[in-house]
Amino acid sequence: MDVLPDVIVEARGLQKFFGEVEAVRGIDFSIQRGEVFGFLGPNGAGKTSTMRMISCMSPRSAGKLLVRGHDPAESGSEIRRGIGLVPQDDALDSEMSVLDNLHIYGRYFDIPRKEIRARAKVLLEFAQLTDRADSKVDNLSGGMRRRLTIARALISRPELVILDEPTTGLDPQARHLVWERLYQLRREGVTLIITTHYMDEAEQLCDRLVVMDRGLIVGAGTPRSLIEKTVAREVVEVRLDDGNYLSLVDRLGDHIDRAEILGDRLCCYGEDGDQILDLILALGIHPASSLVRRATLEDVFLFLTGRSLVD
Amino acid sequence: MTELEYAPGFFTPRVRQGRIRTRWLLALEYWFLQYRRAWRGSILSTFVFPTLYLASMGLGLGGLVNHHLGTHAAILGNGSYLTFVAPGILSASAMQIGINEASWPVMGAIRWQRSYHAQCATPIRITDVLYGHLAWITLKLFATCLVFVGISAAFRANSLPRALFEIPAATLTGLGFAVPMAALSAHIKNDAAFSTINRLLIVPLFLFSGTFFPLAQLPGSLQVLARFTPLYHGVTLCRALGSGQLMTLTNLGHVAYLATMVAAGVVFARKTYTRRLSR
Amino acid sequence: MTTYQQVLRLTPAMSFSWRRAQHVIEHNVMNYRRNWFYLVSGFFEPLFYLLGIGLGLGRLVGSLSVDGHPVSYATFVAPGLLAAAAMNGAMWDATFNFFFKLKVEKTFETMLATPLSVLDVACGELGWTLIRGAIYSSGFLVVMSIFGYCQSPLAILCLPAAGLISLAFGACGLAATSFMRSWQDLGTVSLAMLPMFLFSGTFYGLTFYPGWLQAIIRLTPLYQGVALLRDLDVGVLTPVMWVHVGYLCLLTLIGFIVVSHRLVRLLTP
Repeated sequence: MDVLPDVIVEARGLQKFFGEVEAVRGIDFSIQRGEVFGFLGPNGAGKTSTMRMISCMSPRSAGKLLVRGHDPAESGSEIRRGIGLVPQDDALDSEMSVLDNLHIYGRYFDIPRKEIRARAKVLLEFAQLTDRADSKVDNLSGGMRRRLTIARALISRPELVILDEPTTGLDPQARHLVWERLYQLRREGVTLIITTHYMDEAEQLCDRLVVMDRGLIVGAGTPRSLIEKTVAREVVEVRLDDGNYLSLVDRLGDHIDRAEILGDRLCCYGEDGDQILDLILALGIHPASSLVRRATLEDVFLFLTGRSLVD
Repeated sequence: MTELEYAPGFFTPRVRQGRIRTRWLLALEYWFLQYRRAWRGSILSTFVFPTLYLASMGLGLGGLVNHHLGTHAAILGNGSYLTFVAPGILSASAMQIGINEASWPVMGAIRWQRSYHAQCATPIRITDVLYGHLAWITLKLFATCLVFVGISAAFRANSLPRALFEIPAATLTGLGFAVPMAALSAHIKNDAAFSTINRLLIVPLFLFSGTFFPLAQLPGSLQVLARFTPLYHGVTLCRALGSGQLMTLTNLGHVAYLATMVAAGVVFARKTYTRRLSR
Repeated sequence: MTTYQQVLRLTPAMSFSWRRAQHVIEHNVMNYRRNWFYLVSGFFEPLFYLLGIGLGLGRLVGSLSVDGHPVSYATFVAPGLLAAAAMNGAMWDATFNFFFKLKVEKTFETMLATPLSVLDVACGELGWTLIRGAIYSSGFLVVMSIFGYCQSPLAILCLPAAGLISLAFGACGLAATSFMRSWQDLGTVSLAMLPMFLFSGTFYGLTFYPGWLQAIIRLTPLYQGVALLRDLDVGVLTPVMWVHVGYLCLLTLIGFIVVSHRLVRLLTP
């Protein structure tokens, strides 16, 4: 791998079947070197299957895939030398110590023991686990395990780090610590691929992302462009005592881009949220509660995956 | 957030170049490291239990047998019961250790510790995962058989230089069971199968493959059946080697039988490992 | 995380009711309804030993004598294996399964959040080890009588005697398990059981051992059980039997008291 191509992962018509089940149904994407690329989608959207194909652990069923300039079907082992994987389930050896977990993982890459020792010291610091170096993984909290798994993935100085739901199940503090560490990696030129079903995480971390649903990509772009392209910039959420949302939507007519009923509230999308709220009040309607906010990926997701009740 | 003390560029990608020649050796390292913390538990079943069997059966029960038949019974190959039973217990223990090492640890590496999955995310390939683990089982079998032959010598249950040939023979016997078992462990989903296999397959093999008595003691039809079992071939091979019969055609037959078990196991295991680890 | 210990308990730890203890046994029965094959397959192990060692080695060993009665080797070994079956059947549930429920699955904490008391749990668990031991020993006794290894009608008394062996091992197993901290600790159980199985007179009498070792072996519960069953099997009634019975009863009592106290400490701190 002498010449570093700008595109580190390229997929065309990528598919994955498990017997009759089509987990990934033909997707196209390309990931640039040095960016943070996100796969956003609900559970079962095909994100993990895609990650496993990119990390050369699972063969693709059809389509084209190039990772680090090579075909995983032919040189999986060689490609994996440049990848650090943070799997969803950690796959840490819970009976071994923190340090032993780092050590053996480094050995899998055939890194000399001396080099591993030096690197592990810094990585433990990075993961804030220095004082836990000799504890069994069994005794670590969820956040500590996650940080250890990230540190482990970095032992081989990879150019591509793949994180499958890096913050699922963590408390807010632990999540922010993980995010902060990922920013550091990005600053030093590591390419990151992240899957998540947290919209705020995708918005915070990703330079570009794709939205996946039922094995297909249903939207792509930067977080901001996705929001502006797909839904409007702002949202007004209102709760009405009588719950008669359909007639309100009728009366607002062309003044809003779109409206959606979510459970017991109505979301109205438009360029200027305050203006819409004024309009509602001018119609003589007094909502039980109201909120004007910027549109988020959550709204994009609801729109793209059709998980909304009415337009 | 506190600023970290690391050199700038610490995370800058630098992928190692050059060929990695023997990836399975890297997978083998995992099992060494793992053994360092778990040896206490396994020392009982690998070293102490076979010795207990040798003492109880060879010396205790042997006392009764020698009392009845004398110490040079033709039926026991003109030796004492102790010298008859020692190679039997050796190969039967190798079988049990092979089965144990290829059942819970394999399932654990797939389901609980997930160490196979961790290996598969690195340059290690699925076949390396398999060969690394099998290499570990081979080493462990060899070490156990070596120690047991040593202990048998201390009991005067074998004659030493030639009894050393029993070590590779018993190791092969253990592998003949371990490799197909590893294949099966990667295939099955429920660990309840292990106790069924142990109770309905391994225990009968342990008792009816000529370990504790010559097959002639069994009724005719059972005798024929017993001759087809892999443990019978292992026991007979060890017994022949221990009594100084080295290069005989029958020995070659036993070795061929056991080697076929290993080879078939490898073919089967490559299939089940690939299916389980590359989903 | 909620701890069940915070639940107000209306049932005092040391109250007891048969009905409540029955529910603990029911829980075990339900567990095994799905794994019935696991329960049944345990019956074959002593059977294989009986055929393998008893018959296979029979002609090599010749006949032995029990209290002056000459018996075949298989007849000699059968009561020993019966005692071992009673021991193993009880021990599996008293050790691994009990540990799983106590430390891993926290079944008992759930139970104590209901009207069940600690004593109910202890009695229920002990009752279940007895049932499991009795399943194996009664099955084995039937096989023994079919093969003609029962020398006297008194052999029927082997059934309650085997039950007593199961109780003694069950109670001691529960007591020991209540002190274990990890699965590795549980490995020490087999360190106690295998030597007992191999050296406590199951396969041959004690005359082989030097005097001091004989004295030690006589103190093991399995030896006491084997000696009791062997005498009953050939139909010899001696006063020494009362010593065996008394020993096993005492062991049951001690084990039960220990495990009850341990459960009170572990479950109602």
